[in-house]
Amino acid sequence: MRTIPTSYLLNRLLTLFLTVFIAATLIWIIPRLSPVDPAEIMLGRMAAGAGAVADSEAILAQLRANFGLDDPLFIQYLKYLCNTVTFNFGLSTATFPTPVSALIANALPWTLGLMILSLIVTFIIGNLLGALMVWEESPKLVKVAIPAAMVFTSIPPILSGLLLMWIFAANLRWFPLTGAYGLTVEPGWTWEFAISVLHHGFLPALSIVIVTFGFWALGMRGLMITVQGEDYVTLAKAKGLKPRYILYKYMIRNAILPQITAFALKVGLLIAGQVLVERIFAYNGMGKLLYDAILDQDFPVIQGVSFVIILMTALSVFIVDLIYPFIDPRIRHEAST
Amino acid sequence: MTDASMTRAERRRARRIRRFDNPWLNPKLFWGIGLLLGIVVLGILGRVFWDPELVFVGSGIPKLPPPGFENLRGQAGTFTNPLGTEGSGRDMLALIIIGAPNSLFVGLLASLIGMSIGIFLGFTSGFVGGRTDDVIRVLSDVMITIPPLLILVVFQSAFGDVSLTMMALLIAGFVWQSPTRLIRAQVLSMKQSGYVQMARLSGASTWHIMFKEMLPNLVPYLFGSFIANVTTSIVTAVGLEVLGLGPQRIPTLGRTIYEAINAGALIQNLWWWWGIPTLLLAVMFIGLLLINLGLDEVSNPRLRKLKL
Repeated sequence: MRTIPTSYLLNRLLTLFLTVFIAATLIWIIPRLSPVDPAEIMLGRMAAGAGAVADSEAILAQLRANFGLDDPLFIQYLKYLCNTVTFNFGLSTATFPTPVSALIANALPWTLGLMILSLIVTFIIGNLLGALMVWEESPKLVKVAIPAAMVFTSIPPILSGLLLMWIFAANLRWFPLTGAYGLTVEPGWTWEFAISVLHHGFLPALSIVIVTFGFWALGMRGLMITVQGEDYVTLAKAKGLKPRYILYKYMIRNAILPQITAFALKVGLLIAGQVLVERIFAYNGMGKLLYDAILDQDFPVIQGVSFVIILMTALSVFIVDLIYPFIDPRIRHEAST
Repeated sequence: MTDASMTRAERRRARRIRRFDNPWLNPKLFWGIGLLLGIVVLGILGRVFWDPELVFVGSGIPKLPPPGFENLRGQAGTFTNPLGTEGSGRDMLALIIIGAPNSLFVGLLASLIGMSIGIFLGFTSGFVGGRTDDVIRVLSDVMITIPPLLILVVFQSAFGDVSLTMMALLIAGFVWQSPTRLIRAQVLSMKQSGYVQMARLSGASTWHIMFKEMLPNLVPYLFGSFIANVTTSIVTAVGLEVLGLGPQRIPTLGRTIYEAINAGALIQNLWWWWGIPTLLLAVMFIGLLLINLGLDEVSNPRLRKLKL
């Protein structure tokens, strides 16, 4: 078992901590700079619901006290940091008094499920296609078809999502238009529910896959070009090994590892893209939660969702940085990095 | 072989090879720039030959299809609105004439500002070193992880309406990291190279070394990073618009898509409403991708041998 130098670990931990800290601070400062008063929005919502609100001044004062807006700013900030660390984002103002953390806990599994599924599929397809583009033995058709398909990979997943929705959901009606599972299905560990979830999740996942595999394919292509010229590949050919064997055991195995670090650079964009896909498919994940919160001006939810997504991003980068030396023995951490 | 001993055909071929050997003249770069220029030209010519006043609500019959198609109410499209109209009667052609260049503008402006910050910080970091370098490096490592979309969502939902320039400025705050890192790494490696040592020995100022000796070598990388950032900025801007944020009073492609989804344009088969902005954005992104691939060939000669 190889070990990671402590200084490297500390460095990564510091970056993780700083990322989360800066993000949390930005999320706190920005609404404080704005002239909008959350207590007044809350009161406005009550007035809209009931027609009129008696004694509004007293209610406003009470709401401000509840939100902790009477404290000095510094105390508010410290309280906020403590709460954030314990995932206590306060109560949602739109669906008062549901805790924001409960809303996020409901939405998170959907987002994670969709993300992990589409990521695995994309990673496999993308790397395989990227490798085939460079491999000398691959059929001519592959070398023409993949680059043509690649053009579409520059498009963000909302656009592909719209197109797929229009073709397969609105016109052909093969897949449902929105939602994460059917309205008539009871959530639970039943086959019926599982099939409904897969049926609903297919289009969102596909719209992410078809526009992101090209990123991996392009990266893989670059790495394969480098590997192709290596002496060990030439030697393997000279030994008369089967081309397919050389491709899998010699070329892809050596080229694929740096691809894992590419994930760390891309993860932020991937998550942001998925948030938007969830919004257009009204998929029950973080994206829909965020969108609904924006519509309702539900600040605690917006802050909570943003924080959790940034935390997810920072954690994935951290994990990739840590596990990478274990996967790729060629990498040695310098004490100073 | 001298020039005189070649046949005419040989000479012509040699000239052609020399011409195509210039990496800046590759077809991908050409087509990519062409697509983007197309959008700019659409914006300019559109304002001259078409009435931009038609972007106002109610300037036509709502939900009218392009000529040759019929909508669900059986209305046929006319040439008064060659690309149809959207849900509140705005002319689609006028909408994209105003909206498409706006998206490109946000991307270019944000990326340009991000690039300038990146060049400044990258050179500072690479040259000064020490504590300054540590701070800049850690800061760019940290900021590269934070997805711009989410911070901007918090910002815009707190502040409400923003202008296009303001949105570009906000996005610029999140696209300086990759140029910074790139330039820092290049500067560190170039500092050791012979020609920089030579320039230093011959008494050139730091300023001269930075801008006359190093910067020209960085140009292909800088362009690549710039284009990648334009893409990121446009994606972020469109993302905000599709979430219902971003400029509220100026027509943008993202906002048109947002309104189309909210009005159920997919179910009602009003494909021109969401489809035309989607197509234009796709053209923009494909153009940017082609430019980036073309620039890759400039900076990485090994790729030139392979066809993509």
